[in-house]
This record gives sequence, C-alpha cells and structure tokens, in this order.
Amino acid sequence: MSLFIQFLINGVLVGSIYAFLALAIVLIYKSTRVFNFAMGEMLTLGGFILYTSMVTLNFPVWLGLLFTIIVSLSLGFIIERLALRPLIGQPILAAIMATLALSLIIKGIIFFGWGSPTISFPEKILPGEATLVGNIFLSNELLCIFFISVVAFILMALFFRFTKIGVFMRATAEGHDIAQASGINVERIFAVTWAIAALVAAGGGILLGSRFGLGIGTLPLIAVKAFPAVLFGGLESVTGAMIGGLTVGIVESLVGGYIDPKFSEITPYILLLIVLVFRPEGLFGLKRIERI
Amino acid sequence: MFRPCGVFDDTYGKGMAIVRTPQHWTFLIIALFMLFSLPFFLSGRVLHFVNLLGITLIAAQGLNVLTGFGGLISLGQSAFIGVGAYSSALLTMYAGFPFYLALPCSAIIAGLVGLIFGAPSLRIKGFYLAMATLAAQIIIPWLIMNVRTDLTGGAQSMRVSAPNIGGMVFNDQQSMFYIIIPIACLTIFLIRNLSRSRIGRALFAIRDNDIAAETMGVNLTKYKLLAFFICSFYAGVAGSLWAHWMRAISPDQFNLMESIWYLGMIIIGGMGSVIGVTFGVLFIRLFDIGILFAAPALTSFLPPQLAQDTGAGLSPFSFGMIILIFLILEPRGLAHRWEIMKAYFRLFPFKY
Repeated sequence: MSLFIQFLINGVLVGSIYAFLALAIVLIYKSTRVFNFAMGEMLTLGGFILYTSMVTLNFPVWLGLLFTIIVSLSLGFIIERLALRPLIGQPILAAIMATLALSLIIKGIIFFGWGSPTISFPEKILPGEATLVGNIFLSNELLCIFFISVVAFILMALFFRFTKIGVFMRATAEGHDIAQASGINVERIFAVTWAIAALVAAGGGILLGSRFGLGIGTLPLIAVKAFPAVLFGGLESVTGAMIGGLTVGIVESLVGGYIDPKFSEITPYILLLIVLVFRPEGLFGLKRIERI
Repeated sequence: MFRPCGVFDDTYGKGMAIVRTPQHWTFLIIALFMLFSLPFFLSGRVLHFVNLLGITLIAAQGLNVLTGFGGLISLGQSAFIGVGAYSSALLTMYAGFPFYLALPCSAIIAGLVGLIFGAPSLRIKGFYLAMATLAAQIIIPWLIMNVRTDLTGGAQSMRVSAPNIGGMVFNDQQSMFYIIIPIACLTIFLIRNLSRSRIGRALFAIRDNDIAAETMGVNLTKYKLLAFFICSFYAGVAGSLWAHWMRAISPDQFNLMESIWYLGMIIIGGMGSVIGVTFGVLFIRLFDIGILFAAPALTSFLPPQLAQDTGAGLSPFSFGMIILIFLILEPRGLAHRWEIMKAYFRLFPFKY
C-alpha cells in the first residue's frame, strides 16, 4: 500500500511539471488557436538563458531570474511578430508547420550558443534533499516544482479573472471576429499571449533544467509528454491542463512502477490515442460544432 | 488551361492525356533515356545521392496524397517508413522471402499500420490528427527498440541482405539505381494519375471542406482511410527500398525530425502538386548536401568544439528558416513558381 502511495505521489509531483508545460501550450491555443509544437525548444532556451546569465554574466540567482523573465518576454513578442503574425488567416497546416519550423530554428540557435552536451546550473536553484513522511520518500525538488506550478495556476486563474488583459484574452478565445468587433486589438492580444507563454515556458525550462540538467537532446523530449496532458484535459481549459498533467504523471508513474519502467515511456501517447478516439475534445475542452 | 497555338483537344482522350504533344513525348523519352544512363557516367557517391533522392521521392509523394491531396496532417511518415524497412528486413532475413515479394508485402504491412493510426482521423482533424500521428511517430520506434530485440537488434542496427532477383545480386549503387529509380518514376506516374481520378477528386473535396464533401456524397470514412493507406503504402515501399539499399537499419533513422523534413518538402514544393513535391524533394536534399559541405568551411574560423556544435545547429536552423520563409512568402510553393515560369515561356513575346 505504501508503495502504491509512493508511486501515486511521485506521479502527482512529476505530473505537476507536465501540467506547468501544458499551461503554456493551453495559453497560446486558447487565444490564438495555434498549437505550439516549439514548446520543448522554447523552454530549453529559457533554461539556457538563465544559465548564461549566471555563468557568463555572473549574475546572482535573483538577477538572473529577472534577466530571464525580460529576455523570454521579448522573445515571445519577437516570435509572434516575425513568425506567427504573417500567418494569421492561413490554413491550419501553416500554423502547425510554422511552430515546427520554429522549434527547428530554436534548436539550431541552442546548438550555436550552447552546444549539445547536457549541463547543469552552477548553483542549486531548488533545494536538493528529500524528506521522509512516514515511509514515503518526497523529493524536495519535486515538492518545490509542485508548489510553483500550483502557484502559477492560481496566478493564471486570477489573471484571467481580474485583469483587463486577461478578460481580453478570454474574449479573443471566444471568437477573433467578435473580439475585434468589440474593440479589442486582437493582434496585440496574440503578442501578449505569446510573451506570457514564453515566460511560462522559460519557467518550466528552469524547473526541468534544475531537475534533469539542461540539454537540447533531453529536455524537449520531456516537454513532448505535455502534449498528451493538454489533449487529455482539453485544449482550451486551464483547469484541464492541470488535471491532464497530473493524470499523465500518475498513469506514467503507476505503469512504470507496476508494469515496466520502459513501457512507461510510451504510456502517455497510448493514453493520447485513447483520448483522441473516444473523446477528442478532452475532459474540459469545448466541443466544436462545425457549420459550412 | 493554355495550349500551344494550333493544338486542339478534339477527342476526350486527348483532353485527358498527361503527355499531350509529340514534343512532349520526345522530351519525355529523351529525359528518361538520360536518367537511366546516369549510372554509366556518375560516380558512386553521386549515385548514392540520386538513390537517396529516389527513395525520399517515393515517401514524399505518399505523404503528398495524404497531406497535399487530403489535407490530413501526418507527423509520422518516417515511422511508417520504419515499419516498411523493418518488416521487409524481417521478411527477407527470417521468413526467407525473396526481395521482390518482401517489397509489396512490407508496403501492405506499413499500409495496415497506417490504417490503425489513421483511424482516429474519422473523428478528428487539424491539430488533433497531427497529435495522433505524432503518437505513432513515438510509439513505433519504441516498439522496434523493445519488442523482439533478438530479431530486430533493438536500438542497435540490423543487418539486411542485398536484394537478390533471379541470381542477380544488387549490392552496389549502380545496380540499386535500376531498382529504385524505376519505382520512383512509376510512383510519380501513379500519383499524378491518382490526382485526376475519382479518389483524387474526393480527397481534394475533403481537403477543402470535409463536411461539404460529405454532403455531396463523398464517403469520408472510406476516402480518409484510403488516403492513410496509400500514404503509408508508399512509405512502406520507400522503407523496404531503404532497408535493402542501406543494408543496415536502426530505429534512430526513422525519427520525428525526418517526418518534419518530409512535411517541409511538401510545403516547399507546393501541396498537392506532384511536380511541386518532386521539386521540393530535390531542393531540400540538395540543400542538405550543401549544408553538409558548407558547414566545415563556414565554421573553420571557430575553435574545434564550437565549430562542431555550430555545424550541428546549421542544418535545423536553416531548414526551419526556409520552411518559415516559404510559408510566409510563397505558401503555394515551388509548383506555383514553375507554373509562372511555364506561362512566361508559353506566351513569350507577350506578357499575358
């Protein structure tokens, strides 16, 4: 029984990482209707920016974080302006290919700047030890990640609920034309969305990087597991992203613990296929009614 | 459609013909003759590249049927190529199939696997379908790596024998050329014909609007699944040829990156255009080779480790840039440019 609880808690903690990344994807999809396949590379880049600010520029951690926030916000703006805005109104394939192309470009940039080896941050950003509760082993690192993502979700919920721009973003998600007709500058909302998502992605990159090390070969692969989480929860739902991320984490951990650790690598994708066949819109997603 | 002065389609047959005029026939025969005499005056390395082009072309044309004609996005083409490659390798190495039987069998196996992952397309499209095929792209290499590793060699490479047809062993680039290129030519011809047939028109209708197509009597289930089957069938052909041409296959040859390359070729060439995709394949593969040769020269002034990293990043970076530039500036691809050029020469002294 305690083994089961151990797997469950591990799953929840790891799942909170997926939930965090899923949040960044959902943010973009919600208001711009673009699924960001470049998420993995964007978060790796965010991690590397913090690394550079700490190692090359010798910033303390807090200044490094501030630097990363500013750089990734502007990166989000630049990406939206140069790559996505010219494609507004193009067919869906164009948007998919644009984000895939973006992921390749960022990958190239990471190769140029930091090379292929996996590196770790010079100093611990998250506490390293573990706590024992009863006979359940809790990694402090994962606990921190869990709390940070919970805080991020609460902040996002408050942001959407109470700030003006958050309300604009929700309105844009309802329908671009209607939002534009009510006087919202939809293009600006897109830019803000990408900036916020880039920021969340950078946060995810820092969390993942401090746990698994920074490397272009490994981090994007972990981020890809957030895709099943997004679809499971529903593409439009922030709550769905949280629940989807946790579910994927729990299922992965249980399968890894009880069946086969190797098999757990593909369980998220099998879950994804099952969701796509039986409930394509996900748990909390909107069911689209198509008219001609 | 423009016809040269004095050319009239006075029968239905002439109206439907792909090759219309005697000049066309002459050019076609000369071009084919030149193509098939290539092995006599090209070196092994260049022929290796030509063979690679042929195999890529087969897989890209298959993807063109699915994505270009049908508008169904697949991020799993290279996984289906992997299915073809491994089933062909297993059939020849362990089941004792000769190459000429293993090729169609592995194509059909790949087609059936494609059907399995295409099944969700009946309910979903767009991003969702891209996700389903992305799942295929991750699950299939995993299966190759972890199931029956005693046969496939797992993550290690698997040896494949050279094709042996009636005592003739095809074990060098020259001889493989005569297997790969005829199949590639046949593929182009078949898919060009497919685009003008009932199936092709049904797929075009689905691409433009699937609900509208359904109300007009296009059987969505049938044609979507058929598109998936055809797409993975050609992937299987390409995979089988790849296995017997490379003679050593491993799961990492069939990664997500390759699938993105195939989509990129279609975009750059022009979606749904057979000649366009041919240009796209040529363009991307030539570009890739160009990067390979240019990278050492471009990075020679950097210290060795940095030079290596920069070289490794050059290919994804420039490929991503090219796709993005084409998406923004010329979404109709090289095929559109080709049409403009043809029209220019046809009308030559006049503008229009």
